[in-house]
Amino acid sequence: MNYIIDITLIALSAAIINNFVFYYFVGICPFIGVSRKVDLAFGMGCAVTFVICIAAFISWTFTAYILMPGAPLSSWIAGFFTSPEQAAGIDLSILSYIVYIFAIASSVQFVEMYLRKAFPMLYKSFGVFLPLITTNCAILFACLTIMSKVAGAENPAEAWDLGRALTLAFFGGVGFTISIVIMSGIREELELCDVPKPFRGAAITLIIGGIMAMAFTGFTGVDAGLKKAMTQEKPVVQAVMKEKSMEKGSAL
Amino acid sequence: MTDNSSNAPTAMERFIQGILPENPTYRQLLGLCPTLAVTNGLKAALTMAAATGFVLLCANVMTSLIRGLLKPHLRIVVFTLTIATFVTIADRFLAAYLYDMSKTLGPYIPLIIVNCIIICRCEVCASKQSVWVSASDAVGQSLGFALGLSSIAIVREILGTGMIFQFRILPVQWPDWVIMVLPPGAFFTFGLLLAVVNRLTEPGKK
Repeated sequence: MNYIIDITLIALSAAIINNFVFYYFVGICPFIGVSRKVDLAFGMGCAVTFVICIAAFISWTFTAYILMPGAPLSSWIAGFFTSPEQAAGIDLSILSYIVYIFAIASSVQFVEMYLRKAFPMLYKSFGVFLPLITTNCAILFACLTIMSKVAGAENPAEAWDLGRALTLAFFGGVGFTISIVIMSGIREELELCDVPKPFRGAAITLIIGGIMAMAFTGFTGVDAGLKKAMTQEKPVVQAVMKEKSMEKGSAL
Repeated sequence: MTDNSSNAPTAMERFIQGILPENPTYRQLLGLCPTLAVTNGLKAALTMAAATGFVLLCANVMTSLIRGLLKPHLRIVVFTLTIATFVTIADRFLAAYLYDMSKTLGPYIPLIIVNCIIICRCEVCASKQSVWVSASDAVGQSLGFALGLSSIAIVREILGTGMIFQFRILPVQWPDWVIMVLPPGAFFTFGLLLAVVNRLTEPGKK
Protein backbone atom coordinates (compact mmCIF):
# COMPACT_ATOMS: atom_id res chain seq x y z
CA MET A 1 0.00 0.00 0.00
CA ASN A 2 2.81 2.35 0.94
CA TYR A 3 4.48 1.53 -2.34
CA ILE A 4 1.41 2.46 -4.35
CA ILE A 5 1.12 5.81 -2.53
CA ASP A 6 4.77 6.46 -3.22
CA ILE A 7 4.41 5.66 -6.92
CA THR A 8 1.31 7.85 -7.24
CA LEU A 9 3.04 10.77 -5.59
CA ILE A 10 6.13 10.42 -7.77
CA ALA A 11 3.97 10.26 -10.88
CA LEU A 12 1.84 13.29 -9.97
CA SER A 13 4.85 15.27 -8.91
CA ALA A 14 6.80 14.53 -12.08
CA ALA A 15 3.93 15.10 -14.50
CA ILE A 16 2.21 18.18 -13.08
CA ILE A 17 3.43 19.65 -9.81
CA ASN A 18 7.14 19.78 -10.57
CA ASN A 19 6.71 19.80 -14.33
CA PHE A 20 10.04 19.38 -16.12
CA VAL A 21 9.53 22.43 -18.31
CA PHE A 22 7.83 24.87 -15.98
CA TYR A 23 9.48 23.99 -12.70
CA TYR A 24 12.96 22.72 -13.55
CA PHE A 25 13.40 24.49 -16.92
CA VAL A 26 14.74 21.39 -18.61
CA GLY A 27 13.83 20.78 -22.23
CA ILE A 28 13.32 24.47 -22.95
CA CYS A 29 15.06 24.28 -26.33
CA PRO A 30 12.48 21.96 -27.98
CA PHE A 31 9.77 23.80 -26.04
CA ILE A 32 10.69 26.97 -27.92
CA GLY A 33 11.82 25.34 -31.15
CA VAL A 34 9.42 22.50 -31.97
CA SER A 35 6.18 23.75 -30.49
CA ARG A 36 4.68 25.14 -33.69
CA LYS A 37 2.31 22.36 -34.76
CA VAL A 38 0.28 20.24 -32.36
CA ASP A 39 0.90 16.92 -34.12
CA LEU A 40 4.64 17.49 -34.42
CA ALA A 41 4.81 18.53 -30.77
CA PHE A 42 2.91 15.43 -29.75
CA GLY A 43 5.25 13.22 -31.77
CA MET A 44 8.24 14.92 -30.24
CA GLY A 45 6.79 14.44 -26.76
CA CYS A 46 6.24 10.74 -27.41
CA ALA A 47 9.77 10.27 -28.75
CA VAL A 48 11.22 12.06 -25.73
CA THR A 49 9.09 9.99 -23.33
CA PHE A 50 10.25 6.80 -25.00
CA VAL A 51 13.91 7.80 -24.87
CA ILE A 52 13.58 8.93 -21.24
CA CYS A 53 12.21 5.52 -20.27
CA ILE A 54 15.02 3.63 -22.00
CA ALA A 55 17.67 5.99 -20.59
CA ALA A 56 16.17 5.75 -17.10
CA PHE A 57 16.23 1.96 -17.26
CA ILE A 58 19.86 1.94 -18.36
CA SER A 59 20.95 4.57 -15.87
CA TRP A 60 19.16 2.90 -12.96
CA THR A 61 20.76 -0.44 -13.79
CA PHE A 62 24.20 1.05 -14.17
CA THR A 63 23.92 3.17 -11.02
CA ALA A 64 22.66 0.39 -8.82
CA TYR A 65 24.98 -2.36 -10.02
CA ILE A 66 28.13 -0.62 -11.22
CA LEU A 67 28.50 3.06 -10.41
CA MET A 68 27.35 3.70 -6.85
CA PRO A 69 29.79 3.25 -3.95
CA GLY A 70 30.05 -0.43 -3.12
CA ALA A 71 27.92 -1.52 -6.05
CA PRO A 72 27.68 -5.32 -6.33
CA LEU A 73 29.01 -5.90 -9.84
CA SER A 74 31.99 -3.58 -9.69
CA SER A 75 33.06 -4.76 -6.25
CA TRP A 76 32.78 -8.38 -7.43
CA ILE A 77 35.08 -7.63 -10.35
CA ALA A 78 37.44 -5.58 -8.19
CA GLY A 79 37.57 -8.52 -5.76
CA PHE A 80 39.75 -10.40 -8.23
CA PHE A 81 42.43 -7.72 -8.10
CA THR A 82 42.37 -6.19 -4.63
CA SER A 83 41.67 -7.14 -1.04
CA PRO A 84 37.99 -7.64 -0.10
CA GLU A 85 37.91 -4.46 2.03
CA GLN A 86 39.13 -2.32 -0.82
CA ALA A 87 36.79 -4.03 -3.25
CA ALA A 88 33.75 -3.34 -1.05
CA GLY A 89 34.50 0.37 -0.94
CA ILE A 90 34.95 0.85 -4.66
CA ASP A 91 33.31 4.01 -5.97
CA LEU A 92 32.89 4.63 -9.67
CA SER A 93 30.36 7.45 -9.36
CA ILE A 94 32.84 9.88 -10.92
CA LEU A 95 32.20 8.13 -14.23
CA SER A 96 28.43 8.54 -13.99
CA TYR A 97 28.03 11.59 -16.28
CA ILE A 98 30.01 9.95 -19.07
CA VAL A 99 28.06 6.71 -18.73
CA TYR A 100 24.69 8.49 -18.75
CA ILE A 101 25.40 10.62 -21.78
CA PHE A 102 26.66 7.54 -23.60
CA ALA A 103 23.49 5.64 -22.69
CA ILE A 104 21.33 8.52 -23.90
CA ALA A 105 23.21 8.95 -27.17
CA SER A 106 22.97 5.27 -27.98
CA SER A 107 19.28 5.02 -27.13
CA VAL A 108 18.56 8.03 -29.35
CA GLN A 109 20.45 6.29 -32.13
CA PHE A 110 18.32 3.21 -31.54
CA VAL A 111 15.06 5.17 -31.68
CA GLU A 112 16.22 6.88 -34.84
CA MET A 113 16.95 3.59 -36.58
CA TYR A 114 13.63 2.14 -35.47
CA LEU A 115 11.62 5.15 -36.64
CA ARG A 116 13.36 5.21 -40.00
CA LYS A 117 12.39 1.59 -40.60
CA ALA A 118 8.91 1.59 -39.05
CA PHE A 119 7.51 5.11 -39.52
CA PRO A 120 9.31 6.82 -42.40
CA MET A 121 6.75 9.64 -42.51
CA LEU A 122 7.19 10.53 -38.83
CA TYR A 123 10.95 10.22 -39.25
CA LYS A 124 10.91 12.74 -42.10
CA SER A 125 8.78 15.26 -40.23
CA PHE A 126 11.18 15.20 -37.26
CA GLY A 127 14.15 15.97 -39.47
CA VAL A 128 16.99 17.48 -37.51
CA PHE A 129 15.12 17.41 -34.21
CA LEU A 130 15.53 13.70 -33.69
CA PRO A 131 19.30 13.66 -33.16
CA LEU A 132 18.80 16.78 -31.06
CA ILE A 133 16.91 14.69 -28.49
CA THR A 134 20.39 13.63 -27.34
CA THR A 135 20.98 17.16 -26.15
CA ASN A 136 17.55 17.47 -24.58
CA CYS A 137 18.24 18.32 -20.98
CA ALA A 138 15.07 16.58 -19.78
CA ILE A 139 16.55 13.14 -20.38
CA LEU A 140 19.85 13.74 -18.65
CA PHE A 141 17.94 15.49 -15.86
CA ALA A 142 15.81 12.39 -15.31
CA CYS A 143 18.96 10.23 -15.17
CA LEU A 144 20.57 12.60 -12.66
CA THR A 145 17.49 12.67 -10.45
CA ILE A 146 17.42 8.89 -10.42
CA MET A 147 21.12 8.83 -9.58
CA SER A 148 20.65 11.17 -6.64
CA LYS A 149 17.76 9.05 -5.36
CA VAL A 150 19.64 5.76 -5.72
CA ALA A 151 23.22 6.59 -4.82
CA GLY A 152 22.57 9.71 -2.76
CA ALA A 153 19.93 8.23 -0.46
CA GLU A 154 21.08 8.52 3.14
CA ASN A 155 19.17 5.46 4.25
CA PRO A 156 19.74 2.43 1.95
CA ALA A 157 16.15 1.34 2.54
CA GLU A 158 14.91 4.59 1.00
CA ALA A 159 16.87 4.16 -2.22
CA TRP A 160 14.62 4.03 -5.24
CA ASP A 161 13.94 0.75 -6.95
CA LEU A 162 13.50 0.29 -10.68
CA GLY A 163 9.72 0.79 -10.52
CA ARG A 164 10.04 4.24 -8.93
CA ALA A 165 12.75 5.24 -11.38
CA LEU A 166 10.67 4.22 -14.39
CA THR A 167 7.61 5.99 -12.96
CA LEU A 168 9.56 9.20 -12.63
CA ALA A 169 10.90 8.85 -16.17
CA PHE A 170 7.60 8.01 -17.82
CA PHE A 171 5.55 10.68 -16.07
CA GLY A 172 8.30 13.22 -16.50
CA GLY A 173 8.02 12.54 -20.21
CA VAL A 174 4.24 12.83 -19.99
CA GLY A 175 4.61 16.18 -18.25
CA PHE A 176 6.95 17.34 -20.98
CA THR A 177 4.44 16.21 -23.62
CA ILE A 178 1.60 18.01 -21.83
CA SER A 179 3.48 21.28 -21.68
CA ILE A 180 4.76 21.17 -25.26
CA VAL A 181 1.33 20.24 -26.67
CA ILE A 182 -0.43 23.04 -24.76
CA MET A 183 2.21 25.45 -25.98
CA SER A 184 1.89 24.37 -29.60
CA GLY A 185 -1.90 24.77 -29.40
CA ILE A 186 -1.47 28.33 -28.19
CA ARG A 187 1.13 29.06 -30.84
CA GLU A 188 -1.13 27.79 -33.62
CA GLU A 189 -3.68 30.40 -32.53
CA LEU A 190 -0.93 32.97 -32.18
CA GLU A 191 -0.16 32.76 -35.90
CA LEU A 192 -3.34 34.74 -36.48
CA CYS A 193 -2.55 37.45 -33.95
CA ASP A 194 -0.85 40.75 -34.49
CA VAL A 195 2.11 40.48 -32.16
CA PRO A 196 4.30 43.60 -31.75
CA LYS A 197 7.37 43.19 -33.91
CA PRO A 198 10.10 42.91 -31.23
CA PHE A 199 8.08 40.21 -29.48
CA ARG A 200 7.68 37.97 -32.52
CA GLY A 201 9.20 34.50 -32.28
CA ALA A 202 10.88 33.45 -29.09
CA ALA A 203 10.02 36.47 -26.92
CA ILE A 204 6.24 36.01 -26.99
CA THR A 205 6.70 32.26 -26.54
CA LEU A 206 8.68 32.92 -23.37
CA ILE A 207 6.04 35.30 -22.02
CA ILE A 208 3.29 32.76 -22.68
CA GLY A 209 5.52 30.17 -21.03
CA GLY A 210 5.71 32.47 -18.01
CA ILE A 211 1.93 32.72 -17.79
CA MET A 212 1.64 28.94 -18.06
CA ALA A 213 4.34 28.52 -15.42
CA MET A 214 2.26 30.75 -13.15
CA ALA A 215 -0.71 28.48 -13.69
CA PHE A 216 1.42 25.46 -12.85
CA THR A 217 2.72 27.12 -9.65
CA GLY A 218 -0.86 26.76 -8.46
CA PHE A 219 -0.17 23.07 -7.91
CA THR A 220 2.65 23.75 -5.43
CA GLY A 221 2.18 21.82 -2.23
CA VAL A 222 -0.45 19.47 -3.63
CA ASP A 223 1.97 16.54 -3.29
CA ALA A 224 2.73 17.30 0.36
CA GLY A 225 -0.99 17.63 1.10
CA LEU A 226 -1.81 14.42 -0.70
CA LYS A 227 0.91 12.53 1.12
CA LYS A 228 -0.41 13.75 4.45
CA ALA A 229 -3.93 12.84 3.46
CA MET A 230 -3.04 9.38 2.15
CA THR A 231 -1.03 8.34 5.18
CA GLN A 232 -3.81 9.33 7.59
CA GLU A 233 -6.98 7.34 8.25
CA LYS A 234 -9.69 6.87 5.68
CA PRO A 235 -12.39 9.56 6.35
CA VAL A 236 -9.84 12.36 6.30
CA VAL A 237 -8.43 11.01 3.06
CA GLN A 238 -11.75 11.24 1.29
CA ALA A 239 -12.49 14.69 2.65
CA VAL A 240 -9.13 16.08 1.63
CA MET A 241 -9.20 14.31 -1.74
CA LYS A 242 -12.61 15.84 -2.44
CA GLU A 243 -11.33 19.25 -1.47
CA LYS A 244 -8.27 18.84 -3.68
CA SER A 245 -10.30 17.69 -6.65
CA MET A 246 -12.64 20.66 -6.20
CA GLU A 247 -9.63 22.94 -6.05
CA LYS A 248 -8.25 21.42 -9.22
CA GLY A 249 -11.62 21.69 -10.92
CA SER A 250 -11.94 25.36 -10.12
CA ALA A 251 -8.31 26.02 -11.08
CA LEU A 252 -8.85 24.53 -14.48
CA MET B 1 49.05 30.03 -39.95
CA THR B 2 45.67 30.45 -38.32
CA ASP B 3 43.33 29.25 -41.07
CA ASN B 4 43.57 28.66 -44.76
CA SER B 5 40.15 29.75 -45.98
CA SER B 6 40.27 33.39 -47.04
CA ASN B 7 37.00 34.84 -45.74
CA ALA B 8 36.80 33.05 -42.38
CA PRO B 9 36.80 35.44 -39.42
CA THR B 10 40.06 35.83 -37.55
CA ALA B 11 40.57 35.04 -33.90
CA MET B 12 39.89 38.61 -32.80
CA GLU B 13 36.74 38.89 -34.91
CA ARG B 14 35.40 35.66 -33.47
CA PHE B 15 36.15 36.87 -29.96
CA ILE B 16 34.20 40.11 -30.52
CA GLN B 17 31.36 38.37 -32.31
CA GLY B 18 30.72 36.09 -29.39
CA ILE B 19 30.14 38.94 -26.96
CA LEU B 20 27.43 41.00 -28.65
CA PRO B 21 26.66 40.42 -32.34
CA GLU B 22 26.29 36.67 -31.88
CA ASN B 23 25.49 36.64 -28.19
CA PRO B 24 24.63 33.01 -27.35
CA THR B 25 21.73 33.96 -25.11
CA TYR B 26 19.99 36.77 -26.97
CA ARG B 27 20.93 36.23 -30.61
CA GLN B 28 21.35 32.47 -30.94
CA LEU B 29 18.93 31.43 -28.16
CA LEU B 30 21.20 28.59 -27.09
CA GLY B 31 21.62 27.09 -23.66
CA LEU B 32 18.28 28.26 -22.36
CA CYS B 33 17.98 25.82 -19.47
CA PRO B 34 20.66 27.44 -17.27
CA THR B 35 19.62 30.87 -18.54
CA LEU B 36 16.22 30.40 -16.96
CA ALA B 37 17.05 28.09 -14.09
CA VAL B 38 19.99 29.60 -12.23
CA THR B 39 19.34 33.31 -12.75
CA ASN B 40 17.44 33.96 -9.53
CA GLY B 41 20.66 35.27 -8.00
CA LEU B 42 23.68 36.99 -9.50
CA LYS B 43 26.14 34.82 -7.60
CA ALA B 44 24.68 31.57 -8.90
CA ALA B 45 24.51 33.00 -12.41
CA LEU B 46 28.16 34.03 -12.38
CA THR B 47 29.29 30.67 -11.01
CA MET B 48 27.29 28.93 -13.70
CA ALA B 49 28.78 31.17 -16.39
CA ALA B 50 32.29 30.49 -15.09
CA ALA B 51 31.75 26.73 -15.06
CA THR B 52 30.27 26.81 -18.56
CA GLY B 53 33.13 29.01 -19.75
CA PHE B 54 35.72 26.61 -18.39
CA VAL B 55 34.06 23.63 -20.05
CA LEU B 56 33.59 25.52 -23.31
CA LEU B 57 37.23 26.60 -23.44
CA CYS B 58 38.61 23.15 -22.63
CA ALA B 59 36.23 21.36 -24.98
CA ASN B 60 36.97 23.78 -27.83
CA VAL B 61 40.73 23.46 -27.41
CA MET B 62 40.52 19.68 -27.14
CA THR B 63 38.25 19.36 -30.17
CA SER B 64 40.53 21.62 -32.15
CA LEU B 65 43.54 19.50 -31.24
CA ILE B 66 41.92 16.28 -32.39
CA ARG B 67 40.05 17.74 -35.38
CA GLY B 68 42.21 15.81 -37.87
CA LEU B 69 41.17 12.49 -36.33
CA LEU B 70 37.39 13.11 -36.24
CA LYS B 71 35.18 10.82 -38.28
CA PRO B 72 32.03 12.60 -39.50
CA HIS B 73 29.49 10.10 -38.17
CA LEU B 74 31.15 9.80 -34.78
CA ARG B 75 31.96 13.43 -34.12
CA ILE B 76 28.89 14.29 -32.01
CA VAL B 77 29.61 11.35 -29.71
CA VAL B 78 33.25 12.42 -29.42
CA PHE B 79 32.18 16.01 -28.61
CA THR B 80 29.74 14.85 -25.97
CA LEU B 81 32.22 12.56 -24.28
CA THR B 82 34.88 15.28 -24.27
CA ILE B 83 32.41 17.71 -22.75
CA ALA B 84 31.24 15.16 -20.17
CA THR B 85 34.83 14.66 -19.02
CA PHE B 86 35.39 18.36 -18.46
CA VAL B 87 32.02 18.77 -16.79
CA THR B 88 32.98 16.04 -14.34
CA ILE B 89 36.15 18.00 -13.54
CA ALA B 90 34.20 21.23 -13.04
CA ASP B 91 31.59 19.47 -10.90
CA ARG B 92 34.19 17.86 -8.62
CA PHE B 93 36.02 21.18 -8.32
CA LEU B 94 32.88 23.04 -7.28
CA ALA B 95 31.93 20.30 -4.83
CA ALA B 96 35.39 20.53 -3.26
CA TYR B 97 35.87 24.30 -3.05
CA LEU B 98 32.42 25.90 -3.31
CA TYR B 99 30.25 23.33 -1.63
CA ASP B 100 27.28 25.66 -0.96
CA MET B 101 27.25 26.88 -4.53
CA SER B 102 27.45 23.32 -5.78
CA LYS B 103 24.39 22.46 -3.65
CA THR B 104 22.49 25.49 -4.96
CA LEU B 105 23.22 24.76 -8.60
CA GLY B 106 22.46 21.08 -8.06
CA PRO B 107 21.73 19.18 -11.27
CA TYR B 108 22.36 22.20 -13.48
CA ILE B 109 26.15 21.73 -13.35
CA PRO B 110 26.00 18.22 -14.90
CA LEU B 111 23.40 19.57 -17.32
CA ILE B 112 26.19 21.68 -18.87
CA ILE B 113 26.95 18.48 -20.82
CA VAL B 114 23.81 18.97 -22.89
CA ASN B 115 24.16 22.74 -23.12
CA CYS B 116 23.72 23.45 -26.82
CA ILE B 117 26.25 26.31 -26.83
CA ILE B 118 29.19 24.01 -26.30
CA ILE B 119 28.22 21.38 -28.87
CA CYS B 120 27.36 24.17 -31.31
CA ARG B 121 30.76 25.85 -30.89
CA CYS B 122 32.59 22.51 -31.19
CA GLU B 123 30.69 21.74 -34.38
CA VAL B 124 30.75 25.19 -36.00
CA CYS B 125 34.17 26.44 -34.98
CA ALA B 126 36.53 24.12 -33.13
CA SER B 127 36.25 21.14 -35.47
CA LYS B 128 37.43 23.31 -38.38
CA GLN B 129 39.75 25.94 -36.92
CA SER B 130 43.14 26.03 -35.26
CA VAL B 131 43.59 25.96 -31.50
CA TRP B 132 44.17 29.70 -31.13
CA VAL B 133 41.06 30.68 -33.11
CA SER B 134 38.80 28.25 -31.31
CA ALA B 135 40.15 29.27 -27.90
CA SER B 136 39.40 32.94 -28.55
CA ASP B 137 36.00 31.96 -29.92
CA ALA B 138 35.30 30.04 -26.71
CA VAL B 139 36.34 32.98 -24.52
CA GLY B 140 34.16 35.37 -26.53
CA GLN B 141 31.15 33.08 -26.41
CA SER B 142 31.49 32.47 -22.69
CA LEU B 143 31.78 36.21 -22.01
CA GLY B 144 28.62 36.69 -24.05
CA PHE B 145 26.93 33.92 -22.08
CA ALA B 146 28.03 35.48 -18.79
CA LEU B 147 26.65 38.82 -19.96
CA GLY B 148 23.31 37.24 -20.88
CA LEU B 149 23.02 35.35 -17.61
CA SER B 150 24.00 38.26 -15.39
CA SER B 151 21.66 40.71 -17.13
CA ILE B 152 18.71 38.45 -16.38
CA ALA B 153 19.96 37.68 -12.88
CA ILE B 154 20.39 41.37 -11.99
CA VAL B 155 16.82 42.22 -13.00
CA ARG B 156 15.37 39.21 -11.19
CA GLU B 157 17.40 39.62 -8.01
CA ILE B 158 16.76 43.36 -7.67
CA LEU B 159 13.03 43.10 -8.30
CA GLY B 160 12.65 39.89 -6.33
CA THR B 161 14.60 40.73 -3.19
CA GLY B 162 15.56 44.40 -3.51
CA MET B 163 19.18 43.42 -2.96
CA ILE B 164 22.15 42.38 -5.00
CA PHE B 165 25.10 40.52 -3.43
CA GLN B 166 23.51 41.43 -0.04
CA PHE B 167 23.68 45.16 -0.85
CA ARG B 168 20.29 46.79 -0.65
CA ILE B 169 19.54 48.64 -3.88
CA LEU B 170 15.87 49.38 -3.47
CA PRO B 171 14.44 50.94 -0.29
CA VAL B 172 13.34 48.68 2.54
CA GLN B 173 9.70 49.62 1.89
CA TRP B 174 9.99 47.89 -1.49
CA PRO B 175 7.51 45.03 -1.58
CA ASP B 176 9.53 42.05 -2.87
CA TRP B 177 8.17 40.70 -6.10
CA VAL B 178 8.44 37.09 -5.06
CA ILE B 179 7.23 35.97 -8.47
CA MET B 180 10.50 37.20 -9.96
CA VAL B 181 12.61 34.64 -8.12
CA LEU B 182 10.09 31.88 -8.82
CA PRO B 183 10.05 30.01 -12.15
CA PRO B 184 7.51 32.29 -13.93
CA GLY B 185 9.69 35.34 -13.29
CA ALA B 186 12.47 33.76 -15.32
CA PHE B 187 10.22 33.40 -18.36
CA PHE B 188 8.88 36.94 -18.05
CA THR B 189 12.26 38.60 -17.52
CA PHE B 190 13.93 36.75 -20.34
CA GLY B 191 11.01 37.32 -22.71
CA LEU B 192 10.91 41.05 -22.01
CA LEU B 193 14.69 41.48 -22.20
CA LEU B 194 14.72 39.54 -25.46
CA ALA B 195 12.08 41.89 -26.87
CA VAL B 196 14.12 44.90 -25.74
CA VAL B 197 17.24 43.50 -27.44
CA ASN B 198 15.24 42.77 -30.59
CA ARG B 199 13.91 46.34 -30.58
CA LEU B 200 17.37 47.86 -30.16
CA THR B 201 18.98 45.78 -32.87
CA GLU B 202 16.11 46.04 -35.33
CA PRO B 203 17.43 46.40 -38.87
CA GLY B 204 16.54 49.65 -40.60
CA LYS B 205 16.71 51.67 -37.40
CA LYS B 206 20.14 53.23 -37.46
